Amino acid sequence: MDQSRRSGVETPLRCGYCPTMITPTTLFEKIWRQHRIVERDDGQTLLWIDRHLCHEGSFHAFDKLARSGRPVRRPDLTFAFADHYVPTRDRSAGARDPEIATMIRLLGENTARHGVRLFGLGDPDQGIVHVVAPELGLTQPGLTLVCGDSHTSTHGAFGALAFGIGASEVSHVLATQSLWQKRPRTLRVTVDGRLGPHVSAKDLILAVIARIGADGAAGHVVEYAGEAIRALPMEARMTVCNMTIEAGGRAGLIAPDDTTFDWLHGRRYAPKGADWDAAVADWRGLVSDTGASFDREVRLDGASIAPTVTWGTSPENAVPVTDRVPDPEAEGDPGRRATLAAAVDYMGLIPGMPITDITVDRVFIGSCTNARIEDLRIAAGVLKGRRATVPTMVVPGSSAVKRQAETEGLDRVFIDAGAEWLESGCSMCAATNGDMVAPGQRCASTTNRNFRGRQGPGARTHLMSPAMAAAAAVTGRITDVRLLGETA
Amino acid sequence: MDKFNQLRGTAAPLDMINIDTDMIIPKQYLKTIKRTGLGKHLFAEMRYDDNGNEKPEFALNKPQYRNAQILVADDNFGCGSSREHAPWALLDFGIRCVISTSFADIFYNNCFKNGILPIKVTKQQLRELMDDAAKGSNAVLEIDLEHQTIGRPNGESVTFEIDPHRKDCLLNGLDDIGLTMKRESGITDFEEKRKRDQPWA
Repeated sequence: MDQSRRSGVETPLRCGYCPTMITPTTLFEKIWRQHRIVERDDGQTLLWIDRHLCHEGSFHAFDKLARSGRPVRRPDLTFAFADHYVPTRDRSAGARDPEIATMIRLLGENTARHGVRLFGLGDPDQGIVHVVAPELGLTQPGLTLVCGDSHTSTHGAFGALAFGIGASEVSHVLATQSLWQKRPRTLRVTVDGRLGPHVSAKDLILAVIARIGADGAAGHVVEYAGEAIRALPMEARMTVCNMTIEAGGRAGLIAPDDTTFDWLHGRRYAPKGADWDAAVADWRGLVSDTGASFDREVRLDGASIAPTVTWGTSPENAVPVTDRVPDPEAEGDPGRRATLAAAVDYMGLIPGMPITDITVDRVFIGSCTNARIEDLRIAAGVLKGRRATVPTMVVPGSSAVKRQAETEGLDRVFIDAGAEWLESGCSMCAATNGDMVAPGQRCASTTNRNFRGRQGPGARTHLMSPAMAAAAAVTGRITDVRLLGETA
Repeated sequence: MDKFNQLRGTAAPLDMINIDTDMIIPKQYLKTIKRTGLGKHLFAEMRYDDNGNEKPEFALNKPQYRNAQILVADDNFGCGSSREHAPWALLDFGIRCVISTSFADIFYNNCFKNGILPIKVTKQQLRELMDDAAKGSNAVLEIDLEHQTIGRPNGESVTFEIDPHRKDCLLNGLDDIGLTMKRESGITDFEEKRKRDQPWA
């Protein structure tokens, strides 16, 4: 019948030609092998899941569990966060929309019933799941981590294998703490050199997506490597891994190093004492060995990346700010041409117009992509002593980020510039809590998706970095932040 | 979950790339605790105008596609958000099969959990099937999961690849969790080993 083999004790892979040599192994392969419970003949692998993160949208999975009468297998490895639906303005009475209030209430009821730790509305550590879990030290190198949210790829910045799943799979993980997966392929994206002044992780990842396409990494786990990646602080690494899903990637990975360990040390759920030392010793082995082979390789020159923005309705519609809106007629493939033409039309643009001629109606600085403390410092750096000329919202990624920003006086910079300084949540990125861009309005946004209607029905989104969004707030149009000193 | 074996039906053409799950089911319909009734909101922004009236040019509003059970779409169908409301909305409308050159991974997985068959074909095959779909109700497609074929109206047949486990689950309407529970002892052994090897994890 079933020929599945149990993982047992893992031994290093040996080279077929020279058995005394250990075959160079990728970081992905190392984590995968450590979590393999069984592997079936058909290639499906049952993976152990170390951390399971939930949010209000997990209602359907809890409901499915309840209908089957099953308990949560490991409530101690399951953590829940109120983020998608929480209000960002007055929280004194909770959410006003009764349907939204129900979503938040049900998360509380489901987590209480199963003994799952909830970081809910009012908790001092409430915030966006992909911002808070790393902050608390829940995200660690070498772990498997899943969440019913596509931006779970964020956590790969720590060298964890992290990916988004659907409601049925959330239910499976709640019941079994495991998940069936087909082994993904591997893609290494190497970014050589250093990024230029005012060029950030957001520009880097938009440039990668533009290069390989919105499905360019489908079926792959993407490992980011190279000098430009190694130089990034943790917040920026999270931005890169976060948007891996926008290239279709199953997960993003960055090998952990001293930057990672220093960031994690002392956080609430990080290992302590002797456990910490043992963990770091183990984590230092979490690198792709020299000579390890990837299914695909892509290389970019970091120094040649300009501040990058999207013009269309897919993250792959990203161009340097110095470029122009492309002409769909130049596209040969019929499906692609029709899609580009529809995007130009939806966005209300003219083919060939300079990107910097695009005016914006509002600015949003927030989301699991770009609302960490580093992002807010950069945005405040651009806005300091300047005024926003269009409505601008700043929504910190977590309540802890909000407190930190206030300690540093960043809130005053935003408020003095005329921006709104709000409570933490997904807000105008998912636009599920009621924070929306009005129909036909154009938003310069630090978020991750410029899909039709993403920020509200008829909304037009231009994705960009916090520095570029802040520059757009000052001028009211898409602006090369490198030139802001000369133009403002 | 309903079994999937054979399906004979009209295919609606959606000749666009990167059809994302926000397009399939916009966020304003997610704040519901129900899984049913989403079909009327499927592709809402492309399907209805600002007053809620149907846009006649959208494929699913045309008389010949109102009962379509198959969608034919270009690259990267189902990209974006992991929302399982996307397959729920398709299913509630009556779509049981989506044919494309490529699918986003999470959406692809979600389909199998809900009795929807996503079929990957080559670029050339997609153009042919898109042409078939454009002929409307005069051109039904015949999907045979057991034999992994799509029967075209001209009598030709396109074969497709599919993971054998997923095929088996669809053919038999099997629940993943029930199958995994049978491996309980293997999971427990692994759990204990993991506690020993990496106690901090």
